[in-house]
Amino acid sequence: MKKTVKKTGRSRVASAVFIKDLRIEARSRVVTNQVLPFAGLIMVMFAFALDNDDVLQRVAGGLIWLATIFSLFIIVQRSFAIDTSDSALDSLRVAGIDLSAVFLGKSIALSLQLIALDVVLIAAAFLLYQVQVSVIGLVLLVTCVICATTGLGFVGTLYGGLTAGTNGRETLLPLLLLPVVAPVLIAATRATEAAFGSGGAAISEGWAWVGLLAIFAAVFGVGGSLAFGPLIDE
Amino acid sequence: MQDAGFIFASYIITVAAIVLFAVGTLRRAKSSAKVVEDQHKPWI
Amino acid sequence: MLSQSAPKFSSTGTQATRIVGVLTIVVMTWVVISGLVFTPADVVQGESVRIMYVHVPSAWIAYLAFIVTAIASAFYIFAKRHSLGFDRVAGASAEVGVMFMVITLVTGSLWGRLTWGEFWQWDPRLTTTAFLLVTYIGYLAVRRLDGSIEQRARRSAVIALLAVLEIPLVHFSVVFWRSLHQRATILDPNGDVKMDGLMLFTLFSGVVGFTLVFVWLILHRQRTMLLSDLANQSGLDAAILARQNESVSN
Repeated sequence: MKKTVKKTGRSRVASAVFIKDLRIEARSRVVTNQVLPFAGLIMVMFAFALDNDDVLQRVAGGLIWLATIFSLFIIVQRSFAIDTSDSALDSLRVAGIDLSAVFLGKSIALSLQLIALDVVLIAAAFLLYQVQVSVIGLVLLVTCVICATTGLGFVGTLYGGLTAGTNGRETLLPLLLLPVVAPVLIAATRATEAAFGSGGAAISEGWAWVGLLAIFAAVFGVGGSLAFGPLIDE
Repeated sequence: MQDAGFIFASYIITVAAIVLFAVGTLRRAKSSAKVVEDQHKPWI
Repeated sequence: MLSQSAPKFSSTGTQATRIVGVLTIVVMTWVVISGLVFTPADVVQGESVRIMYVHVPSAWIAYLAFIVTAIASAFYIFAKRHSLGFDRVAGASAEVGVMFMVITLVTGSLWGRLTWGEFWQWDPRLTTTAFLLVTYIGYLAVRRLDGSIEQRARRSAVIALLAVLEIPLVHFSVVFWRSLHQRATILDPNGDVKMDGLMLFTLFSGVVGFTLVFVWLILHRQRTMLLSDLANQSGLDAAILARQNESVSN
């Protein structure tokens, strides 16, 4: 089996899975037509619930990342529902393909969709919550989004693969995933707040949090590559 | 004793939880043990 | 007396579990009486220090249980022969651990109400403990997913090992998060207590007693798990047999 893995090539498998996931999105447009409006609605709902411009400006960072995490659940479930509905995942498994490559491909595709989502959410925060950002803050913000979505993509794919094809996955996935993404929520929120300067936070404080996000992404990138195969294997 | 309510509550909760768990386990063990033959019980 | 009323089938009890059980009852009775009556009130904490005699040992067992789960899961995954015995120990330990974690959080918040005036503080230790609880509730949910016993074992072992990655990250991020905020001045839970001999001895026997409880529960629980797996299996076999007979008679 090791030989076939070598022949197929890990990066080729990963990029094939990556392109496949993005092509599915390009054709179905579920993220653009459903998840994006949903996330935007969450931002509006937060404004209704908090009902105070100063508070909204102060907590904008946290709201962006909460909306991202809620959307993550939906995207992950949808992605794996497609993969299990006509047992596409089983075919991949039977084909003797290196499953860690499948994991990487799916994770990066998921991260890319989350980045697109976050761009819209941050734009919404500018419009709805009146946050401001400097040029250096923008650099921090972009790095933070990339690191955070990479980590979220890894854990989302990992736990999504576990719950794929099981009964009650809609309720189990958030239960498993929320405690795991807590560090991302904390770190990404602080870094985003530093970028926005909310509550008098200095931009320099944000970089330490981005470091934590990078560690998170690295840990679950390695852990997920090792664990994904055994998790979805029969 | 000062704050006796809180202190007794913590002891009662602890002991009750352990006892309930133990009783539940034993009852489940008993009902399953009836169906399984003794040769499948490695501890005997 | 035992031999007279012995049932026809044997349950999960053995000589060993009975000895552990009797020892457990003796030690736990001592802990409760000593903790409530014999030990003096603390100079700083007052009577509320008595909660410590059940809180500290249950916290210890809660963490021990999750360490046992992680180690047993690692053995299941990495051992040459994937022995389901490790899986059952991991599962039993997680169930017991969740129960002790709940006890720890409840008794801890009762103690906190008396000492800090609040049930909850966003202290890194408390927060990490709460996340550990939620993570292992998720682990138990994964164990209840449908699928074969081997599937259950592999999935849950991977989840337990991922929790080992997750918990330090959660702890570290919460420590980091709190250190940047202005910290509420709280009593250091351990620093201010001056324990005399009897208090220390009671705490120590609490740890021993709870460990005995843990051992007793694990022994019974993992055997029960084997029995219910076998019972489900035989129930399924019986159902298949009945269905086959039905179709033959038709």
